[in-house]
Amino acid sequence: MLELILFYTFGAIAVISGILVITRHNVVHSAAFLGATLFAVAGIFLTLHAEFVAGVQVIVYVGGILVLFVFVIMLIAVERSVHERQYNKQWTIALITSAILIVEIAYGLYRGRDSLVLPAVVPPAAAAAGGNSEQVGTALYTSYLLPFEIASILLLVAIVGAVVLSKKRTPAEE
Amino acid sequence: MNLATINIAAILPTLVLSVVGIVVMVAEPFVGEQKKSNLGWLAFAGTLAAMLSLVPMANNRGQWYSNLWIVDDYDVFLDFIFLLIAAITILTSMDFLRREELNHPEFYSLLLFATAGMLMMAASNELVMVFLGLEILSIATYVMAGFRRADLKSNESALKYFLLGSFSSAFFLYGIALIFGATGSTNLLAIADALRSSKIQISLVSLSAALILIALCFKVAVAPFHVWTPDVYEGAPTPVTGFMSVGPKAAGFAVLFRVFLTAFPSIEDRWGSAIWMVAALTMILGNVIAVVQPNIKRMLAYSSIAHAGYVAVAFAATSDRGVSAALFYLLAYSLMNLGAFAMVTIISRKEDKLVNVTDYAGLGSKRPGLAAVLSLFMLSLAGVPGTAGFAGKFFIFRAALESRLVWLAIIGVVTTVISFYYYLSVIVQMYMREPHDEFSDVRLCGSLKFALVISAAGTLYLGLLPTRVLDWTTTAALR
Amino acid sequence: MVTTFHYLLLGAALFTIGVIGVLTRRNIMIILMSIELMMNAVNINLIAFSNRLQQVTGQVFAIFVITVAAAEAAVGLGIVIAMFKNKETMNINEIDLMKW
Repeated sequence: MLELILFYTFGAIAVISGILVITRHNVVHSAAFLGATLFAVAGIFLTLHAEFVAGVQVIVYVGGILVLFVFVIMLIAVERSVHERQYNKQWTIALITSAILIVEIAYGLYRGRDSLVLPAVVPPAAAAAGGNSEQVGTALYTSYLLPFEIASILLLVAIVGAVVLSKKRTPAEE
Repeated sequence: MNLATINIAAILPTLVLSVVGIVVMVAEPFVGEQKKSNLGWLAFAGTLAAMLSLVPMANNRGQWYSNLWIVDDYDVFLDFIFLLIAAITILTSMDFLRREELNHPEFYSLLLFATAGMLMMAASNELVMVFLGLEILSIATYVMAGFRRADLKSNESALKYFLLGSFSSAFFLYGIALIFGATGSTNLLAIADALRSSKIQISLVSLSAALILIALCFKVAVAPFHVWTPDVYEGAPTPVTGFMSVGPKAAGFAVLFRVFLTAFPSIEDRWGSAIWMVAALTMILGNVIAVVQPNIKRMLAYSSIAHAGYVAVAFAATSDRGVSAALFYLLAYSLMNLGAFAMVTIISRKEDKLVNVTDYAGLGSKRPGLAAVLSLFMLSLAGVPGTAGFAGKFFIFRAALESRLVWLAIIGVVTTVISFYYYLSVIVQMYMREPHDEFSDVRLCGSLKFALVISAAGTLYLGLLPTRVLDWTTTAALR
Repeated sequence: MVTTFHYLLLGAALFTIGVIGVLTRRNIMIILMSIELMMNAVNINLIAFSNRLQQVTGQVFAIFVITVAAAEAAVGLGIVIAMFKNKETMNINEIDLMKW
């Protein structure tokens, strides 16, 4: 029962603030609601017993990415954008496309929900033996060592890219 | 897994590229302003070293790193294409960066990292690895597209590419998540096994296959997911446009073939017809819209869409012969398109100002050498016998006919005829129009000459003596 | 009883909200946030499957996805700032030097 309440609470917060993110006129409000969604998603992770990822979600997403968004919003003027047109002229086409998409996804999920029962399910007791962080760490440093190292190149590319794009311009470039 | 299973040789080319990319960046402050283009040669040497390290890699066939990384002939051949693309792009951009006073060596680092990402995509045996490689390639390319920071067109190109790229990445991820849920694995071979064992509801698998297909169609720019291409290609710095038109495209097709022919062959009846329609639509739209483009970069953008359509025909054939033809075509297309973009880089001059087809008027009488080389690339792109383009198209249409895709082959031939119109109009401009430009400020330095020689020689070699490379692609296509 | 299917529906709902945001909004910052919503939706799916299959790999993937999201956000915001220095607008329809 508790788990049902938690799921619906976090789920409702995530969906409602998600809708608010994409409908607010003021970007700062959108960012605030994005924060609410991110926290709610972290809560959802907790109900699924993924404590480590929930922590990463809060630290990286809320503490890193969201703060980055807010910095950039503060850096660039927001006053003018509030009074500009907010939606595309083709928003009807966009909504129809999205409607088709959700129908397809929902239909696929609904038809496929039986197949989600999979063989070889380990009993939760055995899985919980090591503790969540330990399990994630072991998987990350053994089976997924190569992608782990590759992710470091990815982050390097992102750092170099962000610096290249926003560093001070040389006189020749102006 | 313990340390003993780490196999450096299997990932050596990727490692070489990443290390050289870092060295180029670290070396920058120690190099004087005048000598910064030497770092371009360092990056070029890096791609050559990576090409050499393909040899030890090829001797380590098999699956490594908990079956995440696969080394086979398919992988080795594609790596060769990617490294060739990187080498020619570096040669083309050295002079360009000097001319535009954008001499930041980070450009070469980003290019090398992007190439490393392509190598990862080709060698991945696992969807999450594919995704990481794809993201390294994409993020590096977004930045390169926006490299001319003070130019609004370049910003716009980067922004559009970024928005569409990350939007499609999210679709790709959603597809991965669903296939993980349906089969319990993201390893391509494990997915194929799970699908054969039939306990799985097919609609979930088709949904995820569709999401992955849509995302990759965005990346390789085939219709109806091509609308971003002309704007992004037009605004990006010309050598980057050349790279974008071949690199991400080849890597995207490498993943498409690997994923769909390894993991999803058992549901081919579901995606086969989608590929058929995509191929037909892409060939028609790309070639027809290219006819009315006055800007040569936009024209080549639509031409690149059309060429993706031909590769999609080979994909629709879903046979070893089709894969072999596609690999051959990717190599041929990369050489001739990079050559064409190297010429556009030369002629466009400072700030990429002269990029209309009419700006080429009279090139034949003023600079006959350049005109002859550009004519070769245009004829090859059109598919005139004796050039790489003809050989490639011939193999693709033969594979299509063998798989009974008669209509696709017919559409391909008809649209090829249409494409003659816009490719030949460039040649007509060069040889039959009065020059209104002296082309006296067209400089041709060593590195660009080198790039043109490699592409032209490759185009002719593949056109006249295709058998040796075709043998190689045939072994590469065998699974 | 909360089943995996509940979580999948939640993921699908968030994903669609993200798609609608990307397709209908004109403010670049909100489009970027919508892409983050889509990534979060994927993570909910991955974690739900990870729980269902009792495999920790789904959580490992989710960590990679968060890494990628961070990298994309950094570069995307870098592009936005580079553009803002040239033209002070956040409206994607004013960015139309080349026809869309």
